Amino acid sequence: MSHATGLQYLKKGVLPHMWCSGCGVGVMLGALVRSFEELGYERKDTVVVTGIGCTGKTDDYLVTNALHTTHGRALAYATGIKAFNPKLHVVVLMGDGDSVTIGGNHFLHAARRNMDLTAIIINNFNFGMTGGQFSGTTPADAITQTSIYGNAERQLDISALAELAGANYVARGTPYHVWELKTNIKEALSKKGFSVVEIYSPCPTHFGKNNKMKEATAMLQWLKESGLPVEKYNSLEKSARKGFFAVGKLVDREEPDFNTRYEEIRRRAMNLKV
Amino acid sequence: MAKRVGMEVAIAVAEAVGQCNIDMAAVYPITPQSHIGEHLSDLVADGRIDAEFITVESEHSAISAVIGASGTGARVYTATSSQGLMLMHEILPIASAMRLPIVMGIANRAVSGPLNILNDHSDTMPQRDSGWISIFVENGQEAIDMTIQSFKIAEHKDVNLPICVNIDGFQLTHMVESVEFPDQEMVNKFLPPREPFATLHPSKPLTMGAFAMADYFTEIMKAKNEALKNSKKVILAVWEEWARMFGRTYKPVEAYKTDGAETLVLTMGSMGETAEMAIDELRAEGLSVGLVKLRLWRPFPFAEIRDVLKNAKKVLVTDRAVSFGGPGGPVFSEIKSALYNERVRPAIYNYIIGLGGRDVPVTDFVSMIKKVVQDAGENADTYEFLGVRE
Ligand SMILES: Cc1ncc(C[n+]2csc(CCOP(=O)(O)OP(=O)(O)O)c2C)c(N)n1
Ligand code: SF4
Repeated sequence: MSHATGLQYLKKGVLPHMWCSGCGVGVMLGALVRSFEELGYERKDTVVVTGIGCTGKTDDYLVTNALHTTHGRALAYATGIKAFNPKLHVVVLMGDGDSVTIGGNHFLHAARRNMDLTAIIINNFNFGMTGGQFSGTTPADAITQTSIYGNAERQLDISALAELAGANYVARGTPYHVWELKTNIKEALSKKGFSVVEIYSPCPTHFGKNNKMKEATAMLQWLKESGLPVEKYNSLEKSARKGFFAVGKLVDREEPDFNTRYEEIRRRAMNLKV
Repeated sequence: MAKRVGMEVAIAVAEAVGQCNIDMAAVYPITPQSHIGEHLSDLVADGRIDAEFITVESEHSAISAVIGASGTGARVYTATSSQGLMLMHEILPIASAMRLPIVMGIANRAVSGPLNILNDHSDTMPQRDSGWISIFVENGQEAIDMTIQSFKIAEHKDVNLPICVNIDGFQLTHMVESVEFPDQEMVNKFLPPREPFATLHPSKPLTMGAFAMADYFTEIMKAKNEALKNSKKVILAVWEEWARMFGRTYKPVEAYKTDGAETLVLTMGSMGETAEMAIDELRAEGLSVGLVKLRLWRPFPFAEIRDVLKNAKKVLVTDRAVSFGGPGGPVFSEIKSALYNERVRPAIYNYIIGLGGRDVPVTDFVSMIKKVVQDAGENADTYEFLGVRE
């Protein structure tokens, strides 16, 4: 059996890519283009919207339509694309800084609106691009360039936030669980409404270096050992969950998306007028 | 004793802030500013300065948080660059309207789009009319000195305005330079604790940021304008005091070999030193040329500019930003308006240079200046993008 490579979505002549060895962004890109291929996405009906950061550089390697936006605002741009042209597949790639730190407000509202977008988020627990500073998802006791002894601030849980704010689909993956990651990305892409795939991802260059996981393998080892399949994670007593996180599909629901509701309201208004 | 060290300028700026007994800083990272914020956070974390450092969620929050803290009477600092400064734009006029003495370092960088991370002045120029004092530095030493002076200027009872120190990104922030830190005891003498004229305090409640409609709005705008214009007196006095205490002299406009020069070139920021080398070279060739360096951008030093340009036949103004659809670069139009009422005016030329990090070596200055020197007048009052590929 031959497997999808996704090569037809990659620009020619741009490799090697810019990411550090051991970085999780490239693994996400691989899973994404393979998902595109398996779902039969065409270059012309797919728009990849990116923010700013190491994750935000992903569009450099793609031949699909791409909109490279500003730091934190990718979801707002994507909302405009989808509202006007619902036929396009709109995929939004962001870091944790982009999506829930500087851009947290847009994240809440894209989920609340249930826009039919797929947000794929590389959560590497710090700002990779600017040199490893404290982010909204940094664990309070982790060391970063702006918190050399830890920080009084607490960590945001992106998946929990997405669920609470109204996303139809939420999954968490890692570059270690790469097969499952592709499955979740495909499910998210196929889902109508706002879907989120949060990827706990190694940034050995900064987060790893500052937190005793300098080798890329050490970060993968950590993801392997702490990431438990959802069912297994859920079966643990709450007190036993400390130090572990769930990997896999976390939320799957069928609330009507923005465009569907918009169409309903439009019809109602038209009928009222007649 | 003042000590001389080799240090990256961004780190040196943070060290200088650390000498100023600040109470609070809020910074969001952005290249090429990030080392300022990182080093400040280290200074706080290591207990070298007794202040709060907040890892805010955006530049919009950074400037808002320092306004809040400054409103309670704290001495505050923030720093940013490019897109971060653009994001602060909404809040900048609020800081000046509330008359809060915030000090901000700007590591100047081009704004998107296209996305670029290198140096020019397109981030700071759109902030020109925000009511902030705005100063440009030429090297690491000036960056240290101006940062410390800024607290004193901003907090002066006749000023009470925010101030930004423009430091060219990479060209300055990332250079390791030989710099001297003033002696801490002298700094303490120079910069006593802040004495706010009004604070948000539980025992004396007041409102900051109140509503004003057509009945008061104009008066408040005029008051802000007067305050900014009047700040020049304080700036000059602080520079004099600095010269007395620390031996380095600063002026709103610096003249380099301008005596008897027929053609003057004008720069702002780090390119002054490159231009100096071009002037030396051209003087050696016998050309009558000199250099003017504009340090104080707001309040604009009209009198000093008129004075330094009054005997020149030609002036070449360099700009590091574009005023799209306008009369050339923003510095150019300011210099022109400064000269408008003069009976005898030099011919004035504008070059837009060094956009998005494009290098402007000495040879470029030499050829720009030569072109202007040789021009018979037909290109006066025009602007040109240096070295542009059509
Ligand atoms: C308004 C604004 N502020 C700051 C920056 C600087 N900046 C660029 S990328 C980035 C953070 C990147 O972190 P994240 O979004 O988590 O992505 P990663 O690089 O880790 O993939 C920052 C702060 C910017 N580009 N725009
Ligand atoms: S800095 Fe971190 S996030 Fe950026 S490419 Fe390197 S490993 Fe990846």
